[in-house]
Amino acid sequence: METPITKNIRAGNGPPDLKSYEWAGGYRAVRKALTGMTPQAVQDAVTASNLKGRGGAGFPTGKKWAFVPMGAEARRPKYLVVNADEMEPGTFKDRLLLEGDPHQLIEGAIVSAYALEAEIAYIFVRWEYREAARRVARAIVEARGAGYLGSNILGSGYNLEIYLHVSAGRYICGEENGLLDALEGKRPIPRSKPPFPQTCGLWGRPTVVNNVETICNIPHIVNNGADWFKSLSRSEDGGTKLYGASGRVKRPGLWELPMGTSLREIIEEHAGGMREGFSFRAAQPGGASTEFLPKEQIDVKMDFDSVQKAGSRLGTGTIIVLDDRTCPVGAVHNLEMFFARESCGWCTPCREGLPWVREILWSIEEGRGEAGDLERLETQCWQLAPGHTFCALAPGAVEPLQSALKIFREDFDRHIREKRCPWK
Amino acid sequence: MITDEEKKEIRELMSHYATARAAGPEALKIVQNHRGWVSAESLKAVAEMLDMSCEELDSVATFYNMIFRKPVGRHVMLICDSISCYIARYDMLLDHLNRTHGIRMGETTPDGRFTLLPAACLGACDHAPAMMIDETLYGDLTPEKMDNILGKYQ
Ligand SMILES: Cc1cc2nc3c(=O)[nH]c(=O)nc-3n(C[C@H](O)[C@H](O)[C@H](O)COP(=O)(O)O)c2cc1C
Ligand code: SF4
Repeated sequence: METPITKNIRAGNGPPDLKSYEWAGGYRAVRKALTGMTPQAVQDAVTASNLKGRGGAGFPTGKKWAFVPMGAEARRPKYLVVNADEMEPGTFKDRLLLEGDPHQLIEGAIVSAYALEAEIAYIFVRWEYREAARRVARAIVEARGAGYLGSNILGSGYNLEIYLHVSAGRYICGEENGLLDALEGKRPIPRSKPPFPQTCGLWGRPTVVNNVETICNIPHIVNNGADWFKSLSRSEDGGTKLYGASGRVKRPGLWELPMGTSLREIIEEHAGGMREGFSFRAAQPGGASTEFLPKEQIDVKMDFDSVQKAGSRLGTGTIIVLDDRTCPVGAVHNLEMFFARESCGWCTPCREGLPWVREILWSIEEGRGEAGDLERLETQCWQLAPGHTFCALAPGAVEPLQSALKIFREDFDRHIREKRCPWK
Repeated sequence: MITDEEKKEIRELMSHYATARAAGPEALKIVQNHRGWVSAESLKAVAEMLDMSCEELDSVATFYNMIFRKPVGRHVMLICDSISCYIARYDMLLDHLNRTHGIRMGETTPDGRFTLLPAACLGACDHAPAMMIDETLYGDLTPEKMDNILGKYQ
Protein backbone atom coordinates (compact mmCIF):
# COMPACT_ATOMS: atom_id res chain seq x y z
CA MET A 1 0.00 0.00 0.00
CA GLU A 2 1.45 3.35 -1.03
CA THR A 3 1.48 6.29 1.37
CA PRO A 4 2.86 9.15 -0.70
CA ILE A 5 2.13 12.08 1.61
CA THR A 6 3.46 10.52 4.81
CA LYS A 7 6.31 8.40 3.45
CA ASN A 8 9.02 10.76 4.75
CA ILE A 9 7.45 11.13 8.18
CA ARG A 10 9.04 9.16 11.03
CA ALA A 11 7.44 9.38 14.44
CA GLY A 12 9.81 10.89 16.97
CA ASN A 13 12.27 12.15 14.33
CA GLY A 14 12.60 15.69 13.09
CA PRO A 15 11.49 16.41 9.53
CA PRO A 16 13.80 15.73 6.57
CA ASP A 17 16.00 18.73 5.81
CA LEU A 18 16.50 19.91 2.25
CA LYS A 19 19.23 17.37 1.45
CA SER A 20 17.36 14.34 2.73
CA TYR A 21 14.12 15.52 1.16
CA GLU A 22 15.86 15.84 -2.21
CA TRP A 23 17.58 12.50 -1.69
CA ALA A 24 14.14 10.90 -1.20
CA GLY A 25 13.03 12.29 -4.57
CA GLY A 26 11.93 15.71 -3.36
CA TYR A 27 11.66 18.77 -5.62
CA ARG A 28 11.48 16.52 -8.67
CA ALA A 29 7.93 17.77 -9.27
CA VAL A 30 9.10 21.39 -9.24
CA ARG A 31 11.74 20.56 -11.83
CA LYS A 32 9.31 18.56 -13.95
CA ALA A 33 6.52 21.15 -13.87
CA LEU A 34 8.56 24.32 -14.24
CA THR A 35 10.92 23.08 -16.92
CA GLY A 36 8.71 20.66 -18.83
CA MET A 37 5.02 21.43 -18.37
CA THR A 38 2.77 24.41 -19.03
CA PRO A 39 0.66 25.71 -16.14
CA GLN A 40 -2.37 24.39 -18.01
CA ALA A 41 -0.83 20.91 -18.23
CA VAL A 42 -0.36 20.88 -14.44
CA GLN A 43 -3.97 21.96 -13.97
CA ASP A 44 -5.11 19.25 -16.39
CA ALA A 45 -3.25 16.56 -14.42
CA VAL A 46 -4.85 17.74 -11.17
CA THR A 47 -8.32 17.83 -12.73
CA ALA A 48 -7.88 14.33 -14.17
CA SER A 49 -6.71 13.00 -10.78
CA ASN A 50 -10.11 13.58 -9.11
CA LEU A 51 -8.40 15.22 -6.16
CA LYS A 52 -11.01 16.75 -3.88
CA GLY A 53 -10.09 19.45 -1.35
CA ARG A 54 -9.09 18.09 2.07
CA GLY A 55 -10.12 21.21 4.03
CA GLY A 56 -13.60 19.89 4.72
CA ALA A 57 -15.85 20.83 1.83
CA GLY A 58 -14.42 18.36 -0.68
CA PHE A 59 -14.53 20.72 -3.64
CA PRO A 60 -12.64 19.31 -6.68
CA THR A 61 -9.27 21.06 -6.76
CA GLY A 62 -8.90 21.15 -10.54
CA LYS A 63 -12.32 22.71 -10.90
CA LYS A 64 -11.52 25.34 -8.26
CA TRP A 65 -8.32 26.27 -10.09
CA ALA A 66 -10.09 26.48 -13.47
CA PHE A 67 -11.95 29.63 -12.33
CA VAL A 68 -8.70 31.58 -12.04
CA PRO A 69 -8.16 34.02 -14.92
CA MET A 70 -4.98 33.07 -16.78
CA GLY A 71 -2.56 34.71 -19.20
CA ALA A 72 -1.79 38.34 -19.89
CA GLU A 73 -5.33 39.54 -19.21
CA ALA A 74 -5.36 38.45 -15.54
CA ARG A 75 -5.00 41.04 -12.79
CA ARG A 76 -1.74 40.59 -10.91
CA PRO A 77 -0.17 39.62 -8.67
CA LYS A 78 -2.16 36.43 -8.24
CA TYR A 79 -2.04 34.62 -4.93
CA LEU A 80 -2.05 31.11 -3.56
CA VAL A 81 -2.90 30.71 0.12
CA VAL A 82 -2.23 27.47 1.96
CA ASN A 83 -4.77 27.12 4.75
CA ALA A 84 -2.95 25.76 7.82
CA ASP A 85 -5.35 27.26 10.34
CA GLU A 86 -6.50 23.79 11.45
CA MET A 87 -8.78 24.49 14.39
CA GLU A 88 -11.77 22.24 13.75
CA PRO A 89 -12.17 20.34 17.03
CA GLY A 90 -11.05 16.75 16.70
CA THR A 91 -8.76 17.54 13.75
CA PHE A 92 -5.00 17.13 13.96
CA LYS A 93 -3.94 15.91 10.52
CA ASP A 94 -2.41 19.06 9.00
CA ARG A 95 -0.12 19.43 12.01
CA LEU A 96 1.48 16.08 11.12
CA LEU A 97 2.12 17.21 7.55
CA LEU A 98 3.44 20.63 8.60
CA GLU A 99 5.76 19.31 11.28
CA GLY A 100 6.63 16.02 9.63
CA ASP A 101 7.52 17.08 6.09
CA PRO A 102 7.50 20.85 5.58
CA HIS A 103 9.45 20.66 2.31
CA GLN A 104 6.66 18.57 0.80
CA LEU A 105 4.26 21.43 1.54
CA ILE A 106 6.65 24.01 0.08
CA GLU A 107 7.10 21.88 -3.03
CA GLY A 108 3.33 21.49 -3.35
CA ALA A 109 2.86 25.22 -2.97
CA ILE A 110 5.46 25.98 -5.66
CA VAL A 111 3.92 23.57 -8.17
CA SER A 112 0.37 24.76 -7.40
CA ALA A 113 1.34 28.43 -7.63
CA TYR A 114 3.02 27.71 -10.96
CA ALA A 115 -0.17 26.05 -12.24
CA LEU A 116 -2.08 29.22 -11.33
CA GLU A 117 0.67 31.60 -12.55
CA ALA A 118 0.65 33.07 -9.05
CA GLU A 119 3.56 35.28 -7.98
CA ILE A 120 3.02 35.19 -4.23
CA ALA A 121 1.99 32.43 -1.84
CA TYR A 122 1.16 32.65 1.84
CA ILE A 123 1.17 29.80 4.29
CA PHE A 124 -1.39 30.75 6.92
CA VAL A 125 -0.58 28.92 10.17
CA ARG A 126 -2.57 29.14 13.39
CA TRP A 127 -0.70 30.65 16.34
CA GLU A 128 -0.73 27.50 18.47
CA TYR A 129 1.20 25.48 15.86
CA ARG A 130 4.53 26.85 17.11
CA GLU A 131 6.72 23.92 16.08
CA ALA A 132 5.03 23.72 12.68
CA ALA A 133 5.67 27.42 12.07
CA ARG A 134 9.34 27.09 13.00
CA ARG A 135 9.84 24.11 10.70
CA VAL A 136 8.00 25.71 7.78
CA ALA A 137 10.01 28.92 8.20
CA ARG A 138 13.25 26.94 8.09
CA ALA A 139 12.11 25.02 5.00
CA ILE A 140 11.28 28.28 3.19
CA VAL A 141 14.79 29.59 3.88
CA GLU A 142 16.37 26.33 2.69
CA ALA A 143 14.23 26.24 -0.45
CA ARG A 144 15.12 29.82 -1.29
CA GLY A 145 18.81 29.05 -0.74
CA ALA A 146 18.57 26.15 -3.20
CA GLY A 147 16.94 28.30 -5.87
CA TYR A 148 13.44 26.78 -5.64
CA LEU A 149 12.03 30.18 -4.67
CA GLY A 150 12.78 33.70 -5.83
CA SER A 151 13.17 34.90 -9.39
CA ASN A 152 13.76 32.77 -12.46
CA ILE A 153 13.38 29.50 -10.56
CA LEU A 154 15.57 26.75 -12.11
CA GLY A 155 16.02 28.97 -15.15
CA SER A 156 12.34 28.65 -16.05
CA GLY A 157 11.59 32.38 -16.00
CA TYR A 158 8.99 31.76 -13.28
CA ASN A 159 9.13 33.91 -10.09
CA LEU A 160 7.58 33.06 -6.74
CA GLU A 161 7.87 34.26 -3.16
CA ILE A 162 6.39 32.28 -0.25
CA TYR A 163 5.67 34.00 3.06
CA LEU A 164 4.69 32.45 6.35
CA HIS A 165 1.80 34.20 8.12
CA VAL A 166 1.33 33.26 11.76
CA SER A 167 -2.20 34.07 12.91
CA ALA A 168 -3.47 34.87 16.40
CA GLY A 169 -6.41 32.55 17.07
CA ARG A 170 -10.12 32.33 16.17
CA TYR A 171 -11.63 29.44 14.20
CA ILE A 172 -13.28 31.77 11.69
CA CYS A 173 -9.86 32.66 10.26
CA GLY A 174 -9.87 29.21 8.63
CA GLU A 175 -12.98 30.03 6.60
CA GLU A 176 -11.59 31.12 3.27
CA ASN A 177 -13.05 34.63 3.22
CA GLY A 178 -12.34 35.22 6.89
CA LEU A 179 -8.81 34.10 6.13
CA LEU A 180 -8.44 36.67 3.36
CA ASP A 181 -9.62 39.43 5.70
CA ALA A 182 -7.16 38.23 8.32
CA LEU A 183 -4.32 38.38 5.79
CA GLU A 184 -5.33 41.89 4.78
CA GLY A 185 -5.18 42.94 8.43
CA LYS A 186 -8.91 43.53 8.76
CA ARG A 187 -11.24 42.23 11.43
CA PRO A 188 -11.86 38.74 10.01
CA ILE A 189 -15.46 38.59 8.98
CA PRO A 190 -16.54 36.44 6.04
CA ARG A 191 -17.36 38.21 2.81
CA SER A 192 -20.44 37.43 0.78
CA LYS A 193 -19.94 35.30 -2.31
CA PRO A 194 -19.89 35.91 -5.25
CA PRO A 195 -17.43 37.23 -6.19
CA PHE A 196 -15.35 34.16 -5.42
CA PRO A 197 -11.71 34.47 -4.35
CA GLN A 198 -10.52 32.88 -7.59
CA THR A 199 -11.46 36.09 -9.42
CA CYS A 200 -11.51 38.64 -6.59
CA GLY A 201 -9.58 37.56 -3.51
CA LEU A 202 -6.65 39.08 -1.62
CA TRP A 203 -6.56 42.83 -2.30
CA GLY A 204 -9.05 42.21 -5.10
CA ARG A 205 -6.68 39.92 -7.01
CA PRO A 206 -7.28 36.32 -8.15
CA THR A 207 -6.60 34.04 -5.19
CA VAL A 208 -6.85 30.33 -4.49
CA VAL A 209 -7.16 28.98 -0.95
CA ASN A 210 -6.30 25.32 -0.46
CA ASN A 211 -5.86 23.09 2.54
CA VAL A 212 -2.43 21.77 3.60
CA GLU A 213 -3.26 18.13 2.79
CA THR A 214 -4.65 19.11 -0.62
CA ILE A 215 -1.41 20.92 -1.49
CA CYS A 216 0.76 18.05 -0.23
CA ASN A 217 -0.83 15.76 -2.82
CA ILE A 218 0.07 17.96 -5.79
CA PRO A 219 3.77 17.00 -6.24
CA HIS A 220 2.84 13.31 -6.28
CA ILE A 221 0.18 13.83 -8.95
CA VAL A 222 2.68 15.71 -11.09
CA ASN A 223 5.36 13.04 -10.63
CA ASN A 224 3.24 9.93 -11.03
CA GLY A 225 0.22 10.98 -13.06
CA ALA A 226 -3.53 11.07 -12.61
CA ASP A 227 -4.12 7.35 -13.25
CA TRP A 228 -1.66 6.35 -10.54
CA PHE A 229 -3.36 8.78 -8.15
CA LYS A 230 -6.81 7.37 -8.87
CA SER A 231 -5.51 3.83 -8.39
CA LEU A 232 -4.57 4.68 -4.78
CA SER A 233 -8.23 5.08 -3.90
CA ARG A 234 -11.02 2.62 -3.14
CA SER A 235 -13.60 5.15 -4.36
CA GLU A 236 -14.36 7.69 -7.07
CA ASP A 237 -12.35 10.37 -5.25
CA GLY A 238 -8.67 10.12 -6.09
CA GLY A 239 -5.77 9.43 -3.76
CA THR A 240 -5.17 8.47 -0.19
CA LYS A 241 -6.62 10.21 2.84
CA LEU A 242 -4.98 11.07 6.11
CA TYR A 243 -7.57 9.68 8.52
CA GLY A 244 -7.49 10.08 12.26
CA ALA A 245 -9.32 8.86 15.32
CA SER A 246 -9.64 10.25 18.83
CA GLY A 247 -11.83 9.40 21.82
CA ARG A 248 -11.75 6.21 23.86
CA VAL A 249 -10.14 4.00 21.25
CA LYS A 250 -7.09 1.89 22.10
CA ARG A 251 -4.66 3.67 19.79
CA PRO A 252 -5.74 7.19 18.87
CA GLY A 253 -3.73 8.43 15.91
CA LEU A 254 -3.43 9.23 12.22
CA TRP A 255 -3.12 6.84 9.26
CA GLU A 256 -2.72 7.49 5.56
CA LEU A 257 -5.06 4.99 3.91
CA PRO A 258 -6.80 4.56 0.56
CA MET A 259 -9.65 7.05 0.17
CA GLY A 260 -12.83 5.07 0.82
CA THR A 261 -11.48 2.89 3.65
CA SER A 262 -14.41 1.97 5.91
CA LEU A 263 -15.10 3.59 9.25
CA ARG A 264 -15.07 0.11 10.78
CA GLU A 265 -11.60 -0.69 9.44
CA ILE A 266 -10.19 2.60 10.73
CA ILE A 267 -11.64 2.16 14.19
CA GLU A 268 -11.26 -1.57 14.66
CA GLU A 269 -7.95 -2.24 12.90
CA HIS A 270 -5.97 0.97 12.88
CA ALA A 271 -7.20 2.48 16.13
CA GLY A 272 -7.27 -0.97 17.73
CA GLY A 273 -10.96 -0.90 18.67
CA MET A 274 -12.46 0.52 21.83
CA ARG A 275 -10.60 0.68 25.13
CA GLU A 276 -11.47 -1.91 27.77
CA GLY A 277 -14.76 -1.06 29.42
CA PHE A 278 -16.00 1.31 26.71
CA SER A 279 -18.19 0.58 23.73
CA PHE A 280 -18.78 2.47 20.50
CA ARG A 281 -21.89 4.61 20.53
CA ALA A 282 -21.52 6.95 17.52
CA ALA A 283 -18.87 8.92 15.67
CA GLN A 284 -18.38 12.24 13.98
CA PRO A 285 -16.58 11.24 10.79
CA GLY A 286 -14.72 14.47 10.10
CA GLY A 287 -14.52 16.97 12.92
CA ALA A 288 -16.89 18.86 15.18
CA SER A 289 -19.06 20.23 12.40
CA THR A 290 -20.12 16.87 10.99
CA GLU A 291 -23.27 14.87 11.81
CA PHE A 292 -22.94 11.93 14.19
CA LEU A 293 -23.11 8.54 12.53
CA PRO A 294 -24.74 5.85 14.69
CA LYS A 295 -23.34 2.36 15.20
CA GLU A 296 -25.49 0.97 12.38
CA GLN A 297 -23.48 3.09 9.90
CA ILE A 298 -20.08 1.81 10.94
CA ASP A 299 -19.50 0.10 7.59
CA VAL A 300 -19.71 3.38 5.67
CA LYS A 301 -16.84 3.98 3.27
CA MET A 302 -14.99 7.13 4.24
CA ASP A 303 -15.09 9.02 0.94
CA PHE A 304 -16.98 12.22 0.22
CA ASP A 305 -19.99 10.69 -1.59
CA SER A 306 -20.45 7.64 0.65
CA VAL A 307 -20.41 9.62 3.90
CA GLN A 308 -22.83 12.12 2.38
CA LYS A 309 -25.19 9.27 1.47
CA ALA A 310 -24.96 7.96 5.01
CA GLY A 311 -26.22 11.32 6.27
CA SER A 312 -23.06 13.11 7.30
CA ARG A 313 -19.93 14.65 5.75
CA LEU A 314 -16.39 13.37 5.36
CA GLY A 315 -15.22 16.80 6.54
CA THR A 316 -11.59 16.58 7.59
CA GLY A 317 -11.65 12.77 7.89
CA THR A 318 -10.54 12.85 11.51
CA ILE A 319 -13.01 10.76 13.45
CA ILE A 320 -14.27 11.62 16.92
CA VAL A 321 -15.55 8.50 18.65
CA LEU A 322 -18.29 8.88 21.22
CA ASP A 323 -18.36 6.02 23.73
CA ASP A 324 -21.20 4.72 25.90
CA ARG A 325 -19.80 6.27 29.08
CA THR A 326 -19.80 9.85 27.79
CA CYS A 327 -23.06 11.77 28.05
CA PRO A 328 -24.14 12.69 24.50
CA VAL A 329 -25.99 15.80 25.74
CA GLY A 330 -22.83 16.99 27.49
CA ALA A 331 -20.80 16.24 24.36
CA VAL A 332 -23.14 18.24 22.14
CA HIS A 333 -23.11 21.06 24.69
CA ASN A 334 -19.33 21.08 24.47
CA LEU A 335 -19.49 21.32 20.66
CA GLU A 336 -21.97 24.19 20.74
CA MET A 337 -19.96 26.02 23.39
CA PHE A 338 -17.10 26.01 20.89
CA PHE A 339 -19.21 27.24 17.98
CA ALA A 340 -20.95 29.95 20.03
CA ARG A 341 -17.57 31.23 21.24
CA GLU A 342 -16.05 31.18 17.75
CA SER A 343 -18.94 32.89 15.92
CA CYS A 344 -17.55 36.08 14.40
CA GLY A 345 -20.78 37.85 15.31
CA TRP A 346 -21.48 39.27 11.89
CA CYS A 347 -24.93 37.78 11.25
CA THR A 348 -27.77 37.72 13.73
CA PRO A 349 -28.96 34.08 13.50
CA CYS A 350 -25.46 32.82 14.32
CA ARG A 351 -24.46 35.48 16.87
CA GLU A 352 -27.71 35.19 18.84
CA GLY A 353 -28.79 31.64 17.97
CA LEU A 354 -25.67 29.73 18.98
CA PRO A 355 -25.46 31.10 22.55
CA TRP A 356 -29.15 30.28 22.91
CA VAL A 357 -28.55 26.71 21.72
CA ARG A 358 -25.64 26.43 24.17
CA GLU A 359 -27.79 27.65 27.08
CA ILE A 360 -30.67 25.28 26.33
CA LEU A 361 -28.28 22.35 26.12
CA TRP A 362 -26.61 23.35 29.38
CA SER A 363 -29.93 23.58 31.18
CA ILE A 364 -30.92 20.12 29.92
CA GLU A 365 -27.55 18.72 31.00
CA GLU A 366 -27.99 20.30 34.44
CA GLY A 367 -31.46 18.84 34.90
CA ARG A 368 -33.33 22.08 34.28
CA GLY A 369 -34.68 21.08 30.86
CA GLU A 370 -38.32 21.72 30.04
CA ALA A 371 -40.95 20.44 27.67
CA GLY A 372 -40.50 22.34 24.41
CA ASP A 373 -36.71 22.62 24.69
CA LEU A 374 -36.08 20.01 22.03
CA GLU A 375 -38.52 21.73 19.67
CA ARG A 376 -36.70 25.01 20.32
CA LEU A 377 -33.43 23.34 19.42
CA GLU A 378 -34.99 21.94 16.26
CA THR A 379 -36.16 25.42 15.28
CA GLN A 380 -32.60 26.67 15.69
CA CYS A 381 -31.33 23.90 13.41
CA TRP A 382 -33.60 25.29 10.74
CA GLN A 383 -32.80 28.96 11.50
CA LEU A 384 -29.09 28.28 11.11
CA ALA A 385 -29.40 26.13 8.00
CA PRO A 386 -27.34 26.85 4.86
CA GLY A 387 -28.47 30.03 3.12
CA HIS A 388 -29.51 31.83 6.30
CA THR A 389 -26.04 33.00 7.30
CA PHE A 390 -22.96 34.55 5.68
CA CYS A 391 -20.70 31.56 6.10
CA ALA A 392 -20.71 27.85 6.82
CA LEU A 393 -19.84 28.15 10.53
CA ALA A 394 -23.46 28.24 11.66
CA PRO A 395 -24.72 25.44 9.38
CA GLY A 396 -21.70 23.40 10.50
CA ALA A 397 -22.55 24.10 14.13
CA VAL A 398 -26.04 22.63 13.82
CA GLU A 399 -25.03 19.53 11.87
CA PRO A 400 -24.00 17.60 15.01
CA LEU A 401 -26.98 18.99 16.96
CA GLN A 402 -29.49 17.97 14.32
CA SER A 403 -28.18 14.42 14.17
CA ALA A 404 -27.88 14.18 17.97
CA LEU A 405 -31.52 15.12 18.39
CA LYS A 406 -32.41 12.09 16.27
CA ILE A 407 -29.83 9.53 17.33
CA PHE A 408 -29.78 10.35 21.06
CA ARG A 409 -33.45 11.38 21.36
CA GLU A 410 -34.05 8.98 24.22
CA ASP A 411 -31.06 10.41 26.13
CA PHE A 412 -32.34 13.96 25.72
CA ASP A 413 -35.83 12.88 26.85
CA ARG A 414 -34.41 11.09 29.86
CA HIS A 415 -32.49 14.18 30.99
CA ILE A 416 -35.68 16.22 30.86
CA ARG A 417 -37.90 13.53 32.40
CA GLU A 418 -35.57 12.64 35.28
CA LYS A 419 -34.37 16.22 35.75
CA ARG A 420 -30.74 15.14 35.89
CA CYS A 421 -27.89 13.80 33.80
CA PRO A 422 -28.00 10.00 34.03
CA TRP A 423 -24.21 9.89 33.51
CA LYS A 424 -23.42 11.88 36.63
CA MET B 1 6.33 53.89 22.65
CA ILE B 2 7.97 50.95 21.00
CA THR B 3 11.66 50.24 20.59
CA ASP B 4 13.75 50.42 17.43
CA GLU B 5 14.13 46.68 17.53
CA GLU B 6 10.36 46.19 17.54
CA LYS B 7 10.04 48.69 14.71
CA LYS B 8 12.64 46.87 12.69
CA GLU B 9 10.84 43.54 13.10
CA ILE B 10 7.54 45.13 12.13
CA ARG B 11 9.01 46.81 9.04
CA GLU B 12 10.47 43.50 7.91
CA LEU B 13 6.99 41.95 8.08
CA MET B 14 5.35 44.88 6.30
CA SER B 15 7.42 44.01 3.23
CA HIS B 16 5.50 40.71 2.94
CA TYR B 17 2.16 42.36 2.18
CA ALA B 18 0.57 44.70 -0.37
CA THR B 19 -0.56 47.14 2.34
CA ALA B 20 0.92 48.32 5.64
CA ARG B 21 -2.14 47.43 7.72
CA ALA B 22 -1.88 43.77 6.70
CA ALA B 23 1.06 43.47 9.07
CA GLY B 24 -1.25 44.45 11.97
CA PRO B 25 -1.88 41.12 13.70
CA GLU B 26 1.77 40.08 13.45
CA ALA B 27 2.98 43.54 14.52
CA LEU B 28 0.84 43.35 17.64
CA LYS B 29 2.31 39.96 18.41
CA ILE B 30 5.84 41.35 18.05
CA VAL B 31 5.04 43.98 20.66
CA GLN B 32 3.42 41.32 22.82
CA ASN B 33 6.49 39.10 22.53
CA HIS B 34 8.62 41.89 23.92
CA ARG B 35 6.23 43.14 26.59
CA GLY B 36 3.84 40.32 27.44
CA TRP B 37 0.75 42.25 26.36
CA VAL B 38 -0.42 45.15 24.18
CA SER B 39 -1.04 48.36 26.11
CA ALA B 40 -2.92 51.37 24.76
CA GLU B 41 0.42 53.15 24.22
CA SER B 42 1.88 50.23 22.26
CA LEU B 43 -1.28 49.96 20.20
CA LYS B 44 -1.06 53.64 19.34
CA ALA B 45 2.57 53.34 18.27
CA VAL B 46 1.81 50.35 16.04
CA ALA B 47 -1.25 52.08 14.56
CA GLU B 48 0.93 55.04 13.61
CA MET B 49 3.45 52.80 11.89
CA LEU B 50 0.71 51.07 9.93
CA ASP B 51 -1.11 54.28 9.09
CA MET B 52 -4.30 53.18 10.83
CA SER B 53 -6.46 54.79 13.48
CA CYS B 54 -6.17 53.27 16.96
CA GLU B 55 -9.84 52.27 16.84
CA GLU B 56 -9.33 50.39 13.60
CA LEU B 57 -6.31 48.52 14.90
CA ASP B 58 -8.05 47.80 18.20
CA SER B 59 -11.00 46.29 16.31
CA VAL B 60 -8.48 43.83 14.88
CA ALA B 61 -6.61 43.31 18.16
CA THR B 62 -9.73 42.55 20.18
CA PHE B 63 -10.92 39.99 17.66
CA TYR B 64 -8.01 37.65 18.30
CA ASN B 65 -7.86 35.58 21.45
CA MET B 66 -4.05 35.36 21.31
CA ILE B 67 -3.56 39.13 21.38
CA PHE B 68 -3.72 40.28 24.97
CA ARG B 69 -5.06 43.74 25.65
CA LYS B 70 -4.66 43.22 29.40
CA PRO B 71 -1.57 42.14 31.34
CA VAL B 72 -1.15 38.40 31.76
CA GLY B 73 0.92 36.28 34.11
CA ARG B 74 4.55 35.30 33.44
CA HIS B 75 3.29 32.12 31.77
CA VAL B 76 0.11 31.62 29.77
CA MET B 77 -1.55 28.23 30.07
CA LEU B 78 -3.94 27.29 27.31
CA ILE B 79 -6.15 24.37 28.22
CA CYS B 80 -7.88 22.69 25.30
CA ASP B 81 -11.62 22.57 25.98
CA SER B 82 -12.73 21.04 22.66
CA ILE B 83 -14.53 17.76 22.11
CA SER B 84 -11.72 15.18 22.22
CA CYS B 85 -10.37 16.71 25.41
CA TYR B 86 -13.92 16.87 26.76
CA ILE B 87 -14.26 13.13 26.21
CA ALA B 88 -10.87 12.72 27.93
CA ARG B 89 -12.22 14.73 30.90
CA TYR B 90 -10.25 17.97 30.73
CA ASP B 91 -12.63 19.19 33.47
CA MET B 92 -10.61 17.11 35.97
CA LEU B 93 -7.54 19.20 35.09
CA LEU B 94 -9.47 22.41 35.65
CA ASP B 95 -10.74 21.20 39.02
CA HIS B 96 -7.23 20.23 39.96
CA LEU B 97 -5.81 23.63 38.99
CA ASN B 98 -8.54 25.32 40.93
CA ARG B 99 -7.66 23.29 44.02
CA THR B 100 -3.90 23.68 43.75
CA HIS B 101 -3.58 27.21 42.36
CA GLY B 102 -6.96 28.75 43.10
CA ILE B 103 -7.62 29.83 39.52
CA ARG B 104 -10.37 29.33 37.00
CA MET B 105 -10.45 30.04 33.26
CA GLY B 106 -9.53 33.65 32.58
CA GLU B 107 -7.77 34.18 35.90
CA THR B 108 -4.18 34.83 36.94
CA THR B 109 -2.55 33.37 40.05
CA PRO B 110 -2.00 35.98 42.80
CA ASP B 111 1.79 35.60 42.44
CA GLY B 112 1.49 36.45 38.72
CA ARG B 113 2.96 33.11 37.69
CA PHE B 114 0.18 31.70 35.47
CA THR B 115 -2.76 33.01 33.49
CA LEU B 116 -5.24 30.27 32.58
CA LEU B 117 -7.11 30.58 29.29
CA PRO B 118 -9.34 28.26 27.26
CA ALA B 119 -8.11 27.15 23.84
CA ALA B 120 -9.85 25.78 20.81
CA CYS B 121 -8.68 22.31 19.83
CA LEU B 122 -4.86 22.31 20.00
CA GLY B 123 -4.59 19.61 17.35
CA ALA B 124 -3.33 17.03 19.83
CA CYS B 125 -6.52 14.94 19.95
CA ASP B 126 -4.58 11.68 19.91
CA HIS B 127 -2.96 12.83 23.17
CA ALA B 128 -6.02 14.31 24.88
CA PRO B 129 -6.30 16.00 27.30
CA ALA B 130 -3.79 18.59 26.14
CA MET B 131 -2.52 22.03 27.09
CA MET B 132 0.11 24.55 26.09
CA ILE B 133 2.28 26.57 28.41
CA ASP B 134 3.80 29.55 26.59
CA GLU B 135 5.04 27.85 23.40
CA THR B 136 5.21 24.23 24.53
CA LEU B 137 2.52 21.63 23.94
CA TYR B 138 1.80 18.92 26.54
CA GLY B 139 -0.46 15.89 26.06
CA ASP B 140 -1.83 12.79 27.81
CA LEU B 141 -2.22 14.88 30.95
CA THR B 142 -3.23 13.70 34.38
CA PRO B 143 -3.35 15.87 37.51
CA GLU B 144 -0.04 14.35 38.70
CA LYS B 145 1.66 14.94 35.36
CA MET B 146 0.38 18.48 35.37
CA ASP B 147 1.91 19.15 38.80
CA ASN B 148 5.31 18.02 37.53
CA ILE B 149 5.07 20.22 34.45
CA LEU B 150 3.92 23.30 36.34
CA GLY B 151 6.85 22.91 38.72
CA LYS B 152 9.20 23.74 35.84
CA TYR B 153 7.73 27.22 35.39
CA GLN B 154 8.61 29.95 37.86
C1 LIG C 1 -15.68 28.16 10.08
C2 LIG C 1 -14.80 27.48 9.09
C3 LIG C 1 -13.49 27.15 9.42
C4 LIG C 1 -12.65 26.54 8.50
N1 LIG C 1 -11.38 26.21 8.88
C5 LIG C 1 -10.56 25.62 7.97
C6 LIG C 1 -9.22 25.30 8.32
O1 LIG C 1 -8.77 25.54 9.44
N2 LIG C 1 -8.43 24.70 7.39
C7 LIG C 1 -8.90 24.43 6.12
O2 LIG C 1 -8.15 23.93 5.30
N3 LIG C 1 -10.15 24.73 5.77
C8 LIG C 1 -10.99 25.33 6.65
N4 LIG C 1 -12.27 25.65 6.27
C9 LIG C 1 -12.65 25.42 4.87
C10 LIG C 1 -12.18 26.58 4.00
O3 LIG C 1 -13.20 27.57 3.98
C11 LIG C 1 -11.90 26.18 2.56
O4 LIG C 1 -13.01 25.50 2.07
C12 LIG C 1 -10.69 25.28 2.41
O5 LIG C 1 -9.54 25.83 2.97
C13 LIG C 1 -10.46 25.04 0.94
O6 LIG C 1 -9.40 24.15 0.74
P1 LIG C 1 -9.58 22.81 -0.09
O7 LIG C 1 -10.37 23.14 -1.35
O8 LIG C 1 -8.20 22.40 -0.40
O9 LIG C 1 -10.32 21.86 0.76
C14 LIG C 1 -13.13 26.25 7.20
C15 LIG C 1 -14.44 26.57 6.87
C16 LIG C 1 -15.28 27.16 7.79
C17 LIG C 1 -16.68 27.49 7.41
S1 SF4 D 1 -22.41 32.40 10.20
FE1 SF4 D 1 -21.51 33.08 12.17
S2 SF4 D 1 -19.32 32.95 11.83
FE2 SF4 D 1 -20.30 32.96 9.78
S3 SF4 D 1 -20.40 35.11 9.18
FE3 SF4 D 1 -22.29 34.69 10.24
S4 SF4 D 1 -21.88 35.28 12.40
FE4 SF4 D 1 -19.91 35.07 11.37
